[in-house]
Amino acid sequence: MAKRIDVSGLNAYYGSHKAIEDISMTVEPRSVTAFIGPSGCGKSTFLRTLNRMHEVTPGGRVEGKVMLDGDDLYGSGVDPVNVRRTIGMVFQRPNPFPTMSIFDNVAAGLKLNGSYKKSELNDVVEKSLKGANLWNEVKDRLNKPGSGLSGGQQQRLCIARAIAVEPQVLLMDEPCSALDPISTLAIEDLIGELKERFTIVIVTHNMQQAARVSDRTAFFNLSAVGQPGKLIEIDETERIFSNPSVQATEDYISGRFG
Amino acid sequence: MSITTVKPTGTPGGKPSPSDLKAARLPRWSPYVIAVGSLAVGCGIGLAADLDSRMQWGLIAAILFVGVSYFLSATVEGGRQAKDRLATSVVWVMFLLAVVPLASLIYETVKRGSKVLDGYFLTHSMGVVADDEAGGGIYHALIGTLEQVGLACLIAVPIGLLTAIYLVEYGRGKLAKTVTFFVDVMTGIPSIVAGLFVLSFWILMLGFGPSGWAGAMALSILMMPVVVRSTEEMLKLVPNELREASLALGVPKWRTILKVVLPTAIGGITTGVMLAVARIAGETAPVLLLVWGTPVINSDPFKDAQASLPLYIYQQYQSGNQVGYDRAWAAALALIVFIMILNIVARGIARWKAPKTGR
Repeated sequence: MAKRIDVSGLNAYYGSHKAIEDISMTVEPRSVTAFIGPSGCGKSTFLRTLNRMHEVTPGGRVEGKVMLDGDDLYGSGVDPVNVRRTIGMVFQRPNPFPTMSIFDNVAAGLKLNGSYKKSELNDVVEKSLKGANLWNEVKDRLNKPGSGLSGGQQQRLCIARAIAVEPQVLLMDEPCSALDPISTLAIEDLIGELKERFTIVIVTHNMQQAARVSDRTAFFNLSAVGQPGKLIEIDETERIFSNPSVQATEDYISGRFG
Repeated sequence: MSITTVKPTGTPGGKPSPSDLKAARLPRWSPYVIAVGSLAVGCGIGLAADLDSRMQWGLIAAILFVGVSYFLSATVEGGRQAKDRLATSVVWVMFLLAVVPLASLIYETVKRGSKVLDGYFLTHSMGVVADDEAGGGIYHALIGTLEQVGLACLIAVPIGLLTAIYLVEYGRGKLAKTVTFFVDVMTGIPSIVAGLFVLSFWILMLGFGPSGWAGAMALSILMMPVVVRSTEEMLKLVPNELREASLALGVPKWRTILKVVLPTAIGGITTGVMLAVARIAGETAPVLLLVWGTPVINSDPFKDAQASLPLYIYQQYQSGNQVGYDRAWAAALALIVFIMILNIVARGIARWKAPKTGR
């Protein structure tokens, strides 16, 4: 199931603007890696390069290597569609498909790809909703529209939708920033359960959250506005938050930044 | 509650007021009274000055209404409220000005059109009826309009939809800009020019005769830019997040467009197409040039002259006698009802397909 990601010498651009520069890191399988850093430092951009969503943005392009258990995601002949099936993503704002029911939202990945058996679908939906801790809340109204759920439920619906296609890696781009503390707690608990099965990368602005859920933490920073963002350091979460090896990291997490 | 310690203070004008938050207001019924009053005064002035145009009476009343409500409000309520009243009353007056012609048009058409509009009128042609003879109907014209508009849709809707999808989902750079520019230019093509174009190309150059199909080609030229424009706007309204959500599930782009983007926008797209249909269903000029019109039933749109509703109205009115006028008004009423039914159907589809929000 879970796979390791090795990134080396990665640059990403928006048109001629370099957004992130020379990033190299390893994301361990079956663990949670958190990205922290100030706004605009390229955390989200970097996250989106990991499943080739960056190139969906007009003008977005990438240099460097991202290896998934030895396969280069940016190698020639690699189909970005297959990459995204292997590496799922959850976005900052819950975005269930408004035309689909709760059931169809979870089944969307399979249905839209056209490769599914009707009999399997029920099992997959139930399993995914249970995996996202949402089953008990929605099992009686699977045919109701997904946009009728609360924000936290919608976000868990999006997680269920992402894990329904059985990805190897799950990328989460500030999944809790639009949610209240209770829903945030539900999602954090869920992340803890999901890491048994998936490799999880999470971008967050909430440093307590990074400290709570992640095994390893990466700190990103940029030297000035308009300059590309860089990876400052990546280490065990405990070390980052107690005794980081770079001064900038300590300044940032202790609030002395800038 | 011990926080409410604000003491009543006087306004700078000297008038004591119970609280700073409260202000003098005109009573709630005042706009209606002002409206009725200025209408009465307007009619009075009209009668006294012996103005024969009722339009003038109405305009005097409208100006009185706007002016009186502004000055009354300015003296009682103060400047800001007066401006608010001014804007509100201007909006109401403009609304009425817009509604008056619409309502009178519908009233007139129903009054004159219902005279001969019945089952017989809808199911018979003009084949054996002379121009100055009562009887006859619009069956042949109804068939002609349905077929010509249907064929025009068959050409224009797929091309228009695909163009809009290209412009929103794929188009970048010069080509997209050029296409947008020419779509804008096409929007402004007068219908007679579209008719002349097909006439010179299809009938004069290629040597085909007049037919419903030739008319449909001209109508599709008029319809296409409207479909492209409205579809484009609707597709742009689909949040990018939905596209990204679908792409991130490993769904190819074409399937994302087909299964996520289009269903989300389908309500608006349908409305846009129906508006385009309503526009071309009333076109006379290209039909006159290319379909020619005929008093007999011809249900084959690919061969020989056909009739159509707008052309029928024009020809009946041209005949210059009372039975012709009656038939023209009845056909006009039928055309309006036809377009209204289309609009209602479109709204039904839009509501049925629109993203659901219920719990």
